[in-house]
Amino acid sequence: MWSFMSQQSSKLLEQTLTHIGLTFISLMIAVVIGLPLGVLISRKRKIAGAVLGLAGVLQTIPSIALLGFMIPLLGIGAKPAIAALFLYSLLPIIRNTYTGITGVDAAIKEAAKGMGMSGTQSLFKVELPLAMPVIFAGIRTATVINVGVATLAAYIAAGGLGEFIFGGIALNNTNMILAGAIPAALLAIIFDFLLSKVQTLNMRKLRLAYVTFPFIILILSSFYLLPVAYNGKLLAGFTPEFMGRADGYLGLRKQYGLNIRTVVISDAVMYKAAYEKKLDVISGYSTDGRLKAFDLVILRDDKGIFPPYYAAPIVREEVLEKYPEVETTLNMLSGMITDSIMTDLNYRADYLKQAPERIAKDFLVAQGLWKEPRSDSYRSKKGSIRIGSKIFGEQYILSNIYSMLIKGYTDLDVVTKTGLGGTKICFDAMTNDQIDLYPEYTGTGLLVLLQAKEEEINRVINNEDSVFSFVSNNFHGRYHIKWLKPIGFNNAYALMMRRQQANDLGINTITELKNYSEKK
Amino acid sequence: MIAVAQVSKHFGSVKAVDDISFEVKEGENLILLGTSGCGKTTTLKMINRLIESSSGSIKVNGVDITKQSPETLRRGIGYVLQHNSLFPHYTVAENIAVVPQLLRWDKNRIKSRMEELLEKLNLPADKQSVYPHELSGGQQQRVNIARALAADPPVLLMDEPFGALDTITRANISREFSEIQEFMRKTIVMVTHDVQEAFLLGDTICLMKDGKIEQCGKPLELLFHPANDFVKEFLSASYLRLALGAIKVKDIWDKLNNFHEQEQTGDYLSANESLWNAMEFVIKNGKDQSVNVQNKEGQIKRVNKEELFKAFSEYSIA
Repeated sequence: MWSFMSQQSSKLLEQTLTHIGLTFISLMIAVVIGLPLGVLISRKRKIAGAVLGLAGVLQTIPSIALLGFMIPLLGIGAKPAIAALFLYSLLPIIRNTYTGITGVDAAIKEAAKGMGMSGTQSLFKVELPLAMPVIFAGIRTATVINVGVATLAAYIAAGGLGEFIFGGIALNNTNMILAGAIPAALLAIIFDFLLSKVQTLNMRKLRLAYVTFPFIILILSSFYLLPVAYNGKLLAGFTPEFMGRADGYLGLRKQYGLNIRTVVISDAVMYKAAYEKKLDVISGYSTDGRLKAFDLVILRDDKGIFPPYYAAPIVREEVLEKYPEVETTLNMLSGMITDSIMTDLNYRADYLKQAPERIAKDFLVAQGLWKEPRSDSYRSKKGSIRIGSKIFGEQYILSNIYSMLIKGYTDLDVVTKTGLGGTKICFDAMTNDQIDLYPEYTGTGLLVLLQAKEEEINRVINNEDSVFSFVSNNFHGRYHIKWLKPIGFNNAYALMMRRQQANDLGINTITELKNYSEKK
Repeated sequence: MIAVAQVSKHFGSVKAVDDISFEVKEGENLILLGTSGCGKTTTLKMINRLIESSSGSIKVNGVDITKQSPETLRRGIGYVLQHNSLFPHYTVAENIAVVPQLLRWDKNRIKSRMEELLEKLNLPADKQSVYPHELSGGQQQRVNIARALAADPPVLLMDEPFGALDTITRANISREFSEIQEFMRKTIVMVTHDVQEAFLLGDTICLMKDGKIEQCGKPLELLFHPANDFVKEFLSASYLRLALGAIKVKDIWDKLNNFHEQEQTGDYLSANESLWNAMEFVIKNGKDQSVNVQNKEGQIKRVNKEELFKAFSEYSIA
């Protein structure tokens, strides 16, 4: 882990600084808005319930959903991240300010009033100073929460330590995960410690703080709010997994010499961001339904660095020996789904928002393959097949199709374990006997799972059949896993752009993209 | 100085204070006495508008209190609470300086006034920079009183100021309080449920029950001429103690006979002492259980406890 960290030290530093900036700025804004709000509701108790309730609701909204809401309003990058972090820190700050002030001894408040202090004088001279310990506890809580949630900023191209964390998860690289998680944890501890020191400062000295804090905010904000536009230059958004794969960003750099400004962004918000013109180039999948929905075009991979990714179910051989009917049933699908059919199925999922189960059934019915699941009495006698899938629409649809086929044509029951995050996680589940089959892609098998040597890769990569035989043989030999017949479509990584922009700039291939980005 | 006229206070359907009226002359001490829930604290708080009256009028120094802003009114009235209401985050000096600072006195004036008060209230000068939690209960209450007196207000409102102290400290402080010059020229309204304290400190006592004043008058009036059974009952438990405490030797001077030889040497007791103190003294210290008493004209009589008591009974019947 240490060698990873020292190798990536400049990236690590950049991410840490970004992380600190995001946390700090959103915290300051939350204090500036939350503290006065807390004071307000301590004065007007009637609205306290409503305000606290609202802040609570904001905090329960799942972070990624909140970030997603922000994109049309604030785009991608630091702004929506800071906005979301600000909303998350509100509850502890408002609540603790309210509790702190209402908790001040009533006799003391009465004394202040009885001596002739106005409401404001009582607030600043008596109530706030006495409520400070509780208020500070709230700020410290908010800080620690913020450092944690800020890791999600990586999903919307705002940077931060989340880049390493999520990249590591997607690539199953523990060192990478730790390289992001440990500094994040340390940040939380250090910030909390610093704040505890600030708390013990004499209140008098804090008056200096009222002046210096705004300066600090201004300085930090300048890093973010200065126009990020590289006027005229294109901006690419890639998923954490793409960034780390040899057949992804690394290949683009090496084989094409592509040098384009990139940000890390989650697959969930990437397409929308491109549509909204916040990104120009994204790394997507060639059968993604959102291609159709957002009018994006694929740039041709003229140097052929993206290997073929023919989809096929891979099954543990032990299961096939036990239940040979599984092989015949699954092979019913082979050759039945072309690229355009898959894109259409995905479009229904991603854009028409139909449920995977419905899409699977409609497809089988249309193909005349649908069969009602056999009745219980048969099923309970035999065994059960565990089908896994990764976390995207196409996988859900395929696993549903397989599930329905097995239930309809065999006496076996099916348990689905969907949503396994990332290729490695899915595969490890299989080698550890947690699942029996899942849909995989030949290219992924070659480059990620087998991690074949360069000469071997180069030897097979340009031909889909040779890739298939290679992975077939090796999986059989190494893992006793069988690759059944390909389903018929190729879901490869692809770079894509808005159709309009691609036409305007005359970019049809990745080489043309590289040439364009080197101009000026 | 303070004129309360037909004042009432409702909380919803509950009448906490029901049509009360009284006057407090300048320099006088008025005690609002009663059991809990009788409305005495509510009455007190209406004077400085911490509670607004439902009806009736209150005038301080001739001016209706609703005619000025509450803050201005309160800065001219000292307010002492029962519980420890000192600001825990301020030192003793800062606590005392609160009202003068609100009135924008200059620093030196505040400092000298603060030192003056510490002395008057028997607080060591080195306690200035100490925080309230480092003081004893009795000391805290002295600071509380100093704080109320800081801006030298003509009126003082005190809500059971000695209530949170133990009996002995309480007795000591009350006695000190009654002797401090500073208090004598102030108009004070004090709330208490302690009858003895009321008799010790009050020029006028208003005994309250269920929001109404049962009787308002001089201590001995309530004692010897109770307006109704309630008043009588209320004072019955400590009757003798109160009476002996309220009557001074000089009040029964004429009834004392000088039976004994005057001692040229020996103890002298001032005729200004209460009968209670005189008797206590005679019993504990008197030679042959008797003592010389001297009034302000210089006359001397020698008495023992029986004579004192006899004179007392004659007085109380009259």
